[in-house]
Amino acid sequence: MNDLSRRRILFGSAAIGAGAVLTACTSNSTGENTQINTNKDTEANPNAAPGEKVVIAFSAPAADHGWVAAITNNAKAQAAAYSDVEFKSVEAGADAAAQRAALSTLISQKPSVIVLLPHDGKELNAVGLEAMRAGIPVVNLDRAFPDRGAYRLQIKGDNFGMGLAAGTYIGEQLKAKNISNPIIGEIPGIDSLELTQQRSAGFKEALGVYGFRVANRRPAEFTADTGQRAATELLQALPKIDALWNHDDDQGIGVLAAANQSNRKEFLMVGGAGSKAAIDAIVADNTVLKATVTYSPSMASSAISLARLIGQKKGMSDLVELEVPKEITLASETITKENAAQYAKLGF
Amino acid sequence: MTDQRTKTDVPADAPAPVSLTKTSWWKSDGAEPVRRNLGLIGVLIVLVIIGAVTRPELYGDASWVTNNVWTILQQASAIGVVTVGMTFVIIGGGIDLSVGAIIAVAGVWSTTLATQSYGTAGMIFTAIVVGVVVGLVNGVLISYGRLVPFIATLAMMVAARGLAAQISGKQTQVSANSTINDIASTKILGVPMLVIMLAVVVAGGWVLLNRTTFGRRTVAVGGNPEAARLAGINIRLHTVLLYALSGLCCGIAAIMLTSQATSAQAAMANLYELDAIAAAIIGGTLLSGGRGTIIGALFGVLVFSTITNLFAINNLSTEVQNMVKGAIIVAAVLVQQFRYRSLSQLFSRT
Repeated sequence: MNDLSRRRILFGSAAIGAGAVLTACTSNSTGENTQINTNKDTEANPNAAPGEKVVIAFSAPAADHGWVAAITNNAKAQAAAYSDVEFKSVEAGADAAAQRAALSTLISQKPSVIVLLPHDGKELNAVGLEAMRAGIPVVNLDRAFPDRGAYRLQIKGDNFGMGLAAGTYIGEQLKAKNISNPIIGEIPGIDSLELTQQRSAGFKEALGVYGFRVANRRPAEFTADTGQRAATELLQALPKIDALWNHDDDQGIGVLAAANQSNRKEFLMVGGAGSKAAIDAIVADNTVLKATVTYSPSMASSAISLARLIGQKKGMSDLVELEVPKEITLASETITKENAAQYAKLGF
Repeated sequence: MTDQRTKTDVPADAPAPVSLTKTSWWKSDGAEPVRRNLGLIGVLIVLVIIGAVTRPELYGDASWVTNNVWTILQQASAIGVVTVGMTFVIIGGGIDLSVGAIIAVAGVWSTTLATQSYGTAGMIFTAIVVGVVVGLVNGVLISYGRLVPFIATLAMMVAARGLAAQISGKQTQVSANSTINDIASTKILGVPMLVIMLAVVVAGGWVLLNRTTFGRRTVAVGGNPEAARLAGINIRLHTVLLYALSGLCCGIAAIMLTSQATSAQAAMANLYELDAIAAAIIGGTLLSGGRGTIIGALFGVLVFSTITNLFAINNLSTEVQNMVKGAIIVAAVLVQQFRYRSLSQLFSRT
């Protein structure tokens, strides 16, 4: 028995020691890269002047990839830029049920405004209604609630528009090269998601205008390693292609790696989302990546700014209305080498 | 009287020894892995034939076919390495649900800016050490903490993913190390480096399982732990080593995946545990332990990789592909249930 416990202690301490040694070399000194509105010119924009204090409660799923991480970082940074905003961030937990529980606790604390990126709009709909009935305006980020009464403001990206923009860019480029019957590949993200289907639908519609269609479609899972696998399969299935749309710049790191590894340079590639790495690659112009269509996490910064205005009962200064609109859909913009400089600050 | 009885019984018993000698090796227990592997090779051949029939224009091009073989093997390389470790754990009576998460921690830890500053050797060393250490923790929890392997490695799966997310700050960490990144595109004498790595791990695993005391002990521990203990095997220590071995394989796979994706992130190698377990099972490894082969597991991985390839070249949806994968797993386990019985025995039972 003695022997056993001694051994346990030995093993335990060895494991902890090894952990400590390894921890010493984990530091990741990348500065946080955020996209926020820092306009403090109160003459140009009266809304920039500090006003009534607003407590903004924020909830987003634990980030599993760069985009969600950027959403949380942006919200935090934008809130910090206002002296009149108190920011309360709540971990949304692992799933919709955990986020519901976290939000119920929040509602009882009576914040001025709730900003949330739901795990799933349908599943969090009831919480939206509950908060609105309790008199707390809800700002829904990107994943819509089915009930219009469940939110005060919805700000989201345009998934269909992304596909449309990517398809239009590819169509124009191939038309300019006079390719009549091009072979086009598509690498979507997680295929069961509605947003993926909307992106693909937009892409299909835009290509249809030019009489083009997708020759092969291999879904990945928004991660670089799955992007590499999907792209390797797709490039193997199509010995020659003219264009490729990859839905997500994070998985695009893997897609570009696969193109390199299989020595394929004959096509033009369009990305999605607008990550910093993708914008840098487009500027450098030494890969197949020639453009990316945005779905910018800067929407989280805008959501915080608008939540502040809602809390202070102010409108957007350029609009006539006295209050913030109910729905805002951001346009998906196409970033190419020509305009990349102006988008550099929006890359995440 | 007794003499009379035996004499009259002789004609009735006579065919039995004859049939025994006829079916000696082929139907014997020892030939079971060979029969199964031939079955899996048969499945592979059928898949290739389907590919050739559905896409004759691709299969007509010899250089494309060669390229395709390397692609299938490369796609199987990282998961194949993980499966070798998984096969050892399962033969030893355990299960490791944390392999995907271990790859993520090892991959992410070896691609932090701090680790990358130590160069190629530092990155490889970190990935391997992290893999082995996490495996050791699994083993110690199971052996000395007396946790059920399913629970211990399930907990590790969740915790290690969390650790990976913590270390990476939830970002995709790009590898700036060209030596690591080049592993995936390097070919030696026409053979991709990743395929060579897979071959080395499989060969090492085969030798370890079939030609060393460690391998014999693994089979003994998984087959009958009590008998193994009475035979003087330190079951607890052996179990710890098995999980460390699985962790080592994950560390190697992490380097391979990092090289392929030129990056690492907390969500990488998602669900690899299920692919590795499935490959080991259809390769003939008993989930209850004590039986299994490395070569069978390799064929299991190749069958999955070839199906993925077949579906890709025909532009078929991954949903159908997953259903086919599921059907193959079920079929393999059904075959496994009848492994001792000849077909005639099977039919005579009804």
